[in-house]
Amino acid sequence: MSQNHLAELAAETVKQALDRGASEAECTISEGNEFSANVRMREVESLKQAGSRGAGLRVLIGKRAGSAYTSDLSADGIHRMVASAVELAAITSDDPHAGLPDAEELGTIPSDLQLYCADVERLETPFKIDLARTAEAAALDADPRITNSEGGSFDSRLGRRIFANSRGFMGEYRSSYCSLAAVPVARQGESMERDYWVSMARSFAGLEPAAHVGQVAAERVVRRLGARKVETQRVPVVFEPRTARSLLGSIFEAVHGESIYRQASFLAGKLGEKVAAETLTVIDDGTIAGLFGSSPFDDEGVPTRRTTVIERGVLKSYLLNTYTARKLGMKTTGNASRGLSGNAGIGHGNLFLERGERTPAEIIAGVSNGFYVTELIGSGVSVVTGDYSRGAAGIWIRNGELAFPVSEVTIAGNLNNMLMDVEVIGQDLEFRGSTAAPTLLIREMTVGGR
Amino acid sequence: MGFSDSFFASRFAMTRGDLESYLAEALSQGGDYADLYFEYLSTSQISIDESIVKSATQGVSLGVGVRVIAGERTGYAYSDDLSPEKIRQAAHVAACIAAGPAKVEKTPLEEGRRRNLYPVLTAPNETAFLKRMDLVKRADAAARAYDARIFQVQATYADSLRHVMVATSAGVLSFDRQPLARISVAALAKQIGTAPQRGYSGGGGRVEFAYFLEDKTPEHFAREAARQAIVQLDAVEAPAGETTVVLGPGWPGILLHEAVGHGLEADFNRKKVSAFSDRIGQQVASPLCTVIDDGTISHRRGSLNVDDEGNPTQRNVLIENGILRGYLQDQLSSRILSAAPTGNGRRESYEHIPMPRMTNTFMLAGESDPEEIIRSVPKGIYCASFGGGQVDITSGNFVFSASESYLIEDGRLTRPVRNATLIGNGPEALRYVSMVGNDLQLDEGIGICGKEGQSVPVGVGIPTIKIDRMTVGGTA
Repeated sequence: MSQNHLAELAAETVKQALDRGASEAECTISEGNEFSANVRMREVESLKQAGSRGAGLRVLIGKRAGSAYTSDLSADGIHRMVASAVELAAITSDDPHAGLPDAEELGTIPSDLQLYCADVERLETPFKIDLARTAEAAALDADPRITNSEGGSFDSRLGRRIFANSRGFMGEYRSSYCSLAAVPVARQGESMERDYWVSMARSFAGLEPAAHVGQVAAERVVRRLGARKVETQRVPVVFEPRTARSLLGSIFEAVHGESIYRQASFLAGKLGEKVAAETLTVIDDGTIAGLFGSSPFDDEGVPTRRTTVIERGVLKSYLLNTYTARKLGMKTTGNASRGLSGNAGIGHGNLFLERGERTPAEIIAGVSNGFYVTELIGSGVSVVTGDYSRGAAGIWIRNGELAFPVSEVTIAGNLNNMLMDVEVIGQDLEFRGSTAAPTLLIREMTVGGR
Repeated sequence: MGFSDSFFASRFAMTRGDLESYLAEALSQGGDYADLYFEYLSTSQISIDESIVKSATQGVSLGVGVRVIAGERTGYAYSDDLSPEKIRQAAHVAACIAAGPAKVEKTPLEEGRRRNLYPVLTAPNETAFLKRMDLVKRADAAARAYDARIFQVQATYADSLRHVMVATSAGVLSFDRQPLARISVAALAKQIGTAPQRGYSGGGGRVEFAYFLEDKTPEHFAREAARQAIVQLDAVEAPAGETTVVLGPGWPGILLHEAVGHGLEADFNRKKVSAFSDRIGQQVASPLCTVIDDGTISHRRGSLNVDDEGNPTQRNVLIENGILRGYLQDQLSSRILSAAPTGNGRRESYEHIPMPRMTNTFMLAGESDPEEIIRSVPKGIYCASFGGGQVDITSGNFVFSASESYLIEDGRLTRPVRNATLIGNGPEALRYVSMVGNDLQLDEGIGICGKEGQSVPVGVGIPTIKIDRMTVGGTA
């Protein structure tokens, strides 16, 4: 279906919903094409190529909401979706805060956010396979201890999203994405380890060279060999950018409007208070051209923006959609997010920790006995209490130098204290996804081991 | 019911001849195996929050996935349109990307013997919406009534009905109707002077709607979530470092899922990237441990009549008295390893390539009295429930996060402790199992397993067990 057809279909769906008794309606249509090539031990392992689409509708009858979705965009499929959503809105509860954004809040960012780049679409399949092959080969050839691999892969996705509502909003944007990864396996005696490196971009031109991806993955896996468990102790912990990012994920959940109005966050009710060390400033910005967390409007049709979440340690803003903003007596921050259907949830744009001044090497050099964390596993973080306990692997720091690899340990603390204890922030901020953080040092955490 | 009465044949007017022609198209450029996976999925979900039913949604998605295998190479394409030309187009794309020299003999499609592990007459999603909505209202009321300190309750009821049909170039033709439903409840408690605490519970299965009225009611799950939140209000810091760990029965079986289950999936083992690679016949656990993966338990969340490649599920012994016995196979791995299929080829949807996955994974009961197990521990922790886990299959390191646990002091459970992650190494951890209880329980039916971006419903189970040594990630 052509671009115009889908926009017309969204508008038509909203109109049908109103005709069938809805007082408000919002319709999302999305369309995507995916490609993936996996090469393992230098041979093609799998290729996948396909496209799909779907539509979702949310209606309000007064203050009652109902929603539905379908992958069948025929007239009949749309008709059934409208009937389903209206049927449900007739029986849910009155919710005084339910509703669409006010008309004056709706809109779209006029500038080109460079979310779509045609070079991704133009790549030929054999070339994409070669990229995956080159990335894996670079890892396999980098070190004799790398004798096995989970492969190299190239993935791409082209998408289009359309949103229309009964207050006159109609917007759409296209997006492109591609990524290149290598996952080598290294062995030394009884020790076997796996690690990865991935480069992703909205344009093919933005990807790191394939050989570089493989080489970085190789360096990362080899340095893990022979890892050991350490004694249980309290030490300074340095998070490299890949693991530091996950702390931003926890901050996001803690300033998420739903966690706030339910008082299910350790940051609820703390606007204007000091919640972190003065070194720490956290920004959410959905308007940076070419990045993964950018979009011209959020999933309610409100323009995205730049929001300072934490400024020099002081909590400045929560991240909100229209519903949670109304619950809290505030204004939406343009962070509505949803799949195809259902009430809008909340998502972040590009959520990042502002860079500091030190290089990672300087930060490590300042630690006499500590833990440099390169991998975290498990989901042991509660934003209700701030309790933090996760599995970790990395490298032990002795006298300012990376000394030996460590695994099968835990790191634990409480986010309240961890944020206050961020002593140093690195200068190495890089956007490798929609959250980003430089290297950072937390004064003290409990490492659980032997 | 035969093919001609089946869901896809009757709804989309498909014939055996159509299926055979799509398979022929898939193999038109070479390849030695092809399959078609048709899926029609309807889902609904209702949520209550602040005692208001704020959201209700329902919908359908349908499509077909076409796979061609040539040696170790897989080509995959799918379509969300079941018109003959679109299916043929997807078959053609899959064929081109897996092109190879091999040619296969044409095998006529034959329906295998059918069974029904979940004979659900009226699927939950065929029940009146008001009745389903009533479940979340009841859960909300029961959690709030449990204790005055409960101040927030969210409950969700979700169900799905999945019709699938698999046709393969090896002649397999199978179809299945897979109902699934669950309730989940989260409760927050607070008291003056402490931070709020959260409790969570849920369950369900491939059941009739009446299961939630007669067997496991919304009140059952609501009280459990509220109880957990209240218990946590008095929790002290968890210990840090190695200690003795006793796991309670049921959901703590997630230990097996992470510690051994993933590591025994055949894809990792044929590639020799698992910590369990080449260890069949070796001792990998204490002789007290026998671990099973069984996709045939009636009405269970992790059960299937046939897997997503058309093979019947079965009961597979993974570890027998501590000795590693077998892997979980899918079609591709079993062909490459010349092993029999085990009925573990699963996928999230028609958009996904199948992989070896678990179904219901549990440890057989032993002989110890659970009370006796706790009495035998001078100092350690007892874990009654868990949130989730993760494993690095190559190093074998795994974690799982306790959501309700207690200190054991002089053989008695004393104070509750705050949530903490436990960490261990797969081929090592179960060697330290020194007692196995006689109280095997399966979980209540809420598990979701993620692997390479694909989620599938699973079950776990375990009796009370004692692990002499494991690292606990607390702060005390």
